Amino acid sequence: MTQPPISRGFRGRRPDRPTDRLPPGQHLTGDFPVLSAGPTPEADLANWSFALCDGDRVLADWNWADFEDLTQTRVKVDIHCVTTWSKLDTHWQGVTIDTLFAAAGLSEPPSPFAMIHSDGDYSTNIPVEDLIEGKAMVATRYEDEPLAPEHGGPARLLVPHLYFWKSAKWVRRLQFIPHDQPGFWEELGYHMYGDPWREQRYAGD
Amino acid sequence: MDQPKEACVLDGNAVAGLLCELFARDVTTAEVRCSACGVVSEIGGTRVYGGIMGAIFRCTHCGSIVMRLVRTPAGTWFDMRGSRRLFARYEP
Amino acid sequence: MPETEIDTSTPRRLTWRVAEVSGVIDETPRVKSLVLNVAGWPSHRPGQHVDVRLTAEDGYQAQRSYSVASAPECAHVMLTVERIAGGEVSSYLASDVQPGDKFELRGPIGGYFVWTVAIGGPLFLVAGGSGIAPLMAMLRHRAALKSTIPAVLLYSSRTFEDIIYREELDRLAARADGLEVVHTLTRRQPAGWTGGARRIDRKMLASVGPSPKDKPKIFICGPTSLVESVADSLLDVGHVRQLIKTERFGPTGA
Repeated sequence: MTQPPISRGFRGRRPDRPTDRLPPGQHLTGDFPVLSAGPTPEADLANWSFALCDGDRVLADWNWADFEDLTQTRVKVDIHCVTTWSKLDTHWQGVTIDTLFAAAGLSEPPSPFAMIHSDGDYSTNIPVEDLIEGKAMVATRYEDEPLAPEHGGPARLLVPHLYFWKSAKWVRRLQFIPHDQPGFWEELGYHMYGDPWREQRYAGD
Repeated sequence: MDQPKEACVLDGNAVAGLLCELFARDVTTAEVRCSACGVVSEIGGTRVYGGIMGAIFRCTHCGSIVMRLVRTPAGTWFDMRGSRRLFARYEP
Repeated sequence: MPETEIDTSTPRRLTWRVAEVSGVIDETPRVKSLVLNVAGWPSHRPGQHVDVRLTAEDGYQAQRSYSVASAPECAHVMLTVERIAGGEVSSYLASDVQPGDKFELRGPIGGYFVWTVAIGGPLFLVAGGSGIAPLMAMLRHRAALKSTIPAVLLYSSRTFEDIIYREELDRLAARADGLEVVHTLTRRQPAGWTGGARRIDRKMLASVGPSPKDKPKIFICGPTSLVESVADSLLDVGHVRQLIKTERFGPTGA
């Protein structure tokens, strides 16, 4: 096999050295890059709703006003995108999944897996145990401002311990499913779980 | 890689190289029919989202997904459920 | 009865070829054209592009697409690259590269965004910044064939110094062979400037471009925001969607 020619002097961008805060293969960014599978949906708060579903059955749902009335939680977290950028110390506010389950009267989740659904036909799968005990929220504010549309506003899922494609923008529904199934990117070769610390970017990693 | 400040949208034509890794010919002028609205578009004229994660080809008429393509280290994934048929005209 | 031979038997697979830089042209403070020798280059059609791949000594690779700016009639392959702040490939190609340097090229590809004299006109080209590159290939091809097909180029740049191929465009327009070149400068205009002095809008497109009833072939290339607003305005003016072809430079583009 012929080796490609070396382009003299080309270095390119490299990952930073991993630390206890920077997973392997990532580099730090001061920006907040935007990556979407489709156009930014128009925010329509009057018709917005978020629902917990078991299969097709709605367990609980909230309109925007009701949702904002739920107990709010603020967090400072690091986020890691599968496209290799990481951003440390980001501040979010929203409603934890624990709060949502309690508000819905769910003492036990009906199944161990969830499919998250968003506007624009986007979905991602997450085990329920990765959504509870403070690990995830539906976030509506970023850095003390309402979440911008290009970053998922009015509301996105935030699951910072997994690669950021799992933190679904424009989130609308959490659906319990009996078995783990691939969501939008997972169907196309991305990892079913997506742990940045084990570099689980693609299926088989 | 370069960090986008706004979501990256390209024309289908821009990802011709990616498509060539899968198809033997240039399919930018191939026609696909959107399963959602029925409008026929040339692949080169569809709107492609997804940036570095993958190519999500959307119908310019209704915005539904017509094709998806992701290049992973192991191989390329390709999904056509949004169009199902493709017509690639022979070129002289 | 003459038969047209169409080769459907063995479609040509795209492979990576080696390109060697034989010359570098300073077009503007931020833009360079690279003159390349490409082993086995199969010729291209005006408007097509190539994928460029750079490899570092340790094997790290990065890849970007660039339009071929030269006409197929030209002996060399030319790419025009704008240096983007923080761009890992463009900062190499538009700053560091020297004659003798090598990288890989895949193409030509992108038969969708193509115009040749055989397709006919009239031709309406709208460019923003380095989006002029594929449209220049079309105009250079038109000139090489001494075509008199009516053509209009509407070209938006930030300042006079940012106009890529300025002198060559002046020369092409001076041939009075049916090509009209209209410039608009959006940020700053020199003293005595008589060209456009604002972003391209519907009024400018309607007054500068061919009439929709002439069914011009329209090609728009440049930053996404320009391409989208020009395409929308052209539909407002009455041009037909099927005759409008766009090439957006996304954030990961040239």
